[in-house]
Amino acid sequence: MLHRLMRHQGAAAGRWTCRDGIALGVTCATSTSMTAQMIGDRPPEGGKLTRPSWAPDEIDLDRPSAARVYDYYLGGFHNFPADRQMAQEAIRMWPELPLMMGANRAFLRRAVRFAVAQGITQFLDIGSGIPTVGNSHEIARQADPSSRVAYVDIDPVAVVHSRAILAGDTMTTVLQADLRDTRSIVGDRSVRDLVDFDKPVAILLVAILHFIADADDPKAMIARLREAVVPGSLLVMSHASQDGQPELAKGHQELYARTPTPMTMRSLDQIRDLFTGFDLVDPGVVPIQQWRPETHSEVTDKSKRMVGFAGVGVKSGTA
Amino acid sequence: MSEPAVTEPAVVAFASRWARAVTGSSYVPMELPETEAYLTALAGQLLAAWRTEPFDAAAGFQVGAAMVDRHFTNPDTISKTLAMVSEALNPAQLIDPAAVTRIGALQGALAAGYATRLQERTLAEQDAIRIAATTARSEAEMAARASDARFRAVFAGAAIGIGLGDTNGNILDANPALIKMLGYSVPEMRVRNVGDFMHPDDALKVWALYEELIRGERESFQTAKQFLRSDGRGVWTHLTVSLIRDTDGAPEYQIAVVEDVTDLHRLQSQLQYQAHHDELTGLANRALFQRQLDQLITDPGKSGRIGVCLMDLDGFKAINDSVGHAIGDQVLVEIASRLDGALSHEGHLVARLGGDEFVILIENTTGAQDVISVAERALEAVERPITIASRAYSVTASAGLVERAATAADTADLIRAADITLYWAKADGKGRWALFDPERSDREVAQYTLARMLPAALANDEFRLHYQPLVNLADGLPSGVEALLRWEHPRFGHLLPGRFIGAAEETGIIVPLGRWVLETACQQGAKWALRFADPLRISVNIAIRQLADRQLIDGIKQMLDENGLAPQQLQLELTERAVIGTDSEPLAVLRQLAHLGVRIAIDDFGTGYSNMTYLRRLPVCELKLAGSFISEASPNGERRSVDAEIVGSLVSLAHTLGMTVTAEEVETEEQADALRELGCDTGQGNYFGASAPAEEVQRLMDKHLPHVADL
Repeated sequence: MLHRLMRHQGAAAGRWTCRDGIALGVTCATSTSMTAQMIGDRPPEGGKLTRPSWAPDEIDLDRPSAARVYDYYLGGFHNFPADRQMAQEAIRMWPELPLMMGANRAFLRRAVRFAVAQGITQFLDIGSGIPTVGNSHEIARQADPSSRVAYVDIDPVAVVHSRAILAGDTMTTVLQADLRDTRSIVGDRSVRDLVDFDKPVAILLVAILHFIADADDPKAMIARLREAVVPGSLLVMSHASQDGQPELAKGHQELYARTPTPMTMRSLDQIRDLFTGFDLVDPGVVPIQQWRPETHSEVTDKSKRMVGFAGVGVKSGTA
Repeated sequence: MSEPAVTEPAVVAFASRWARAVTGSSYVPMELPETEAYLTALAGQLLAAWRTEPFDAAAGFQVGAAMVDRHFTNPDTISKTLAMVSEALNPAQLIDPAAVTRIGALQGALAAGYATRLQERTLAEQDAIRIAATTARSEAEMAARASDARFRAVFAGAAIGIGLGDTNGNILDANPALIKMLGYSVPEMRVRNVGDFMHPDDALKVWALYEELIRGERESFQTAKQFLRSDGRGVWTHLTVSLIRDTDGAPEYQIAVVEDVTDLHRLQSQLQYQAHHDELTGLANRALFQRQLDQLITDPGKSGRIGVCLMDLDGFKAINDSVGHAIGDQVLVEIASRLDGALSHEGHLVARLGGDEFVILIENTTGAQDVISVAERALEAVERPITIASRAYSVTASAGLVERAATAADTADLIRAADITLYWAKADGKGRWALFDPERSDREVAQYTLARMLPAALANDEFRLHYQPLVNLADGLPSGVEALLRWEHPRFGHLLPGRFIGAAEETGIIVPLGRWVLETACQQGAKWALRFADPLRISVNIAIRQLADRQLIDGIKQMLDENGLAPQQLQLELTERAVIGTDSEPLAVLRQLAHLGVRIAIDDFGTGYSNMTYLRRLPVCELKLAGSFISEASPNGERRSVDAEIVGSLVSLAHTLGMTVTAEEVETEEQADALRELGCDTGQGNYFGASAPAEEVQRLMDKHLPHVADL
């Protein structure tokens, strides 16, 4: 009974997934971004009972998974009816969703290429989801075949799938972990076997931090990650925002009001603040599609409606 | 895919338009220039096929497949592509049947290639995700089973009891440890409610805490709690109840972790019992009595009054001394048992305070009568003969009773009052009770206070000696003085011995005080011996208690030596009551003193009941007749003549026994004359001179006695 009880909490977390999935489709670039919040496994506080980490979640394919919904947005087929149904509902509310997902994915691509150009060939991709197309390790290897990528996601299906795709690939590893538990990420043996933390690392937090509530202190989370890497390491981040899109604010709020863990939209200043301890590279924190576009045409009329900012920072100090 | 065969401007322009048309409909992990280059190659293939003879539409199939390979998978993409192929290959919109056929064939092949590859891709990705999901699920299930097994093992194997309930208090599950602890089976537990485990002895706050927990106002609480087992036995536990909330934070379950601390509790109870009970008799001890009394004073019963009966066995020491402590202990046990049997069932607390002292605490009294009735039953219980080893022992007890309003009581004060009262009962003849009398107590308290001050007074030199002349009735000249003790009390002023001698005797301070008196009197006697030609006798009062002082004889010898006094100059006065009936030991001391040459006088003779024959056995030199005889002894009136005859007889008898006689309290010349006629040797009283400090007395004597210097 005791265990049923614990499991029950996990199952409840699944219900959150469903509602979050619909609502947060706008920027759910990663699965970690959602599941990190949905799970009942909150950090211990005030002596409340929490589910032990060794009590696993149930996997219910009748409930949408953020990772698979994201795959659908990108035109993939790694998804099930529940995922597609939810994604389609979200797109009805927000027709530009696929485009927005693409913009985030394109930022990821440009940022990874930028990192390799800076001589960084180690990546910590947190919230990697299902490796549909244009994954970090593919992009990085195009630029430098020696690149190594540690993928981190909380979705067990996405992790299993990633492992299947990357089986035998010794230059990658896949870890199931929660972003908020930074120690379990940077302290993981497989991650440390792959990534040399004495050399610069690019930390990819693409479209994930807007799912971290202020109460979970995303700034402290980033600070802990920063502590784990040497100067010269990069922070690659994109973040949802409603700055300059006041007409969308109401819609957003209505969308997120239905979720038990609303997305935390942050202002440009707040997003810039998350880069504390990092020196921003040009052009600083800018609308996602304006971060170092490779062609002018990439900035289309449609993408002007994008709600989010992106930036890359270098950990200050001597490498 | 082969290299682009055609790179002519038309192809590039077509590819560029194509790229722009399809960008955005599908996410392609390429930048626009890369996309254009890729599509240019595909466009070249299409154009080459269009132009090649004989015409083969197969290239269209390859192009369609290649689009899917590069993730141009959106349905919108294929429709736009087919439209653009037609537009690019037949810009003039010719209705050339051959051209139309070729375009159609190419479009068809492209669509078929696209559809085929998309189907393959779809199926492959669906397979992949399904396999991943199945794997993940089976891994999760294995982990869940392992976790379940682990939880189950923890639950089943825990030495500590664990129970799970919902927020209505329904018990959902209980582990074997809890089952064993409480003696109910799991099904029996499941039909029970948490409330069924309420115990009458539960602290009220336990259930208040429980309610708070259930309402979600607290996360957990810990408490010591007694449970009733199915067999009716009690189990003492250390209980921790924790709240488990659902994902919305609403209370959902409660988990009780129950540790059996019965053994520990029993040990604690035992220790507590031992701490609060008398080992010998099993009665409550002083600590418990004190605690109960404190409690009653704070929280009295409905009458608001309490009573205390403090008892002490009379002469119990004699039993211990004569038959030994083992028997003495058995007597105490028997008495304890009788008191307990007679009184405990009425709700009174019977305690042994130590030794042969017992106390009964009576709650809710309505007046002194309640305590008296308890005391009478208690004394009666004690007085019934006690048979131990076929020998009967008779014991009596005295009791001090206090009964008062609890609010007016102070624990220490109450016990002190009972103690004083017990003393009264003893003083009044033992084997009885006495009821506390506040006025009497006040008086005694004053005395008690003086008694407490005595040692300090001696150290602070607050005592003085006054002297009263003793006059030879035959010639009217002073033959000596009686030293009289005075206390110049800083607060109470000039105190006569009557106020403090009793206390000094009781506390034992009389011994050093008496020594000081002797010492001071001897010094004064020595001074006068140097001053006056005839030696003055110094008469000093001593208490019976001083005779027990082993240093008395040596001390007196030393004083006489140091001050150069002849022993005959020192006279020790003892009261008739002190001397009569004394044990052999003080008598021996008196004999030694007499042997030394010191005179022994009986003070206040005639007030007691001594008989003259007894006096013969004592080394007494002088009788001092009590003042009551003297005032009556003047020869006026019938009554007086009777008294005069008695005095005359006493004097002649004393003379017969070789004793001199001093008459005290001689106030008038008449009395002095009468006493002289009756044969009395010496007179003392205001007529001859009141008691006064040495200097004053000296001035008086200077008038009558020849000085050494005059000789």
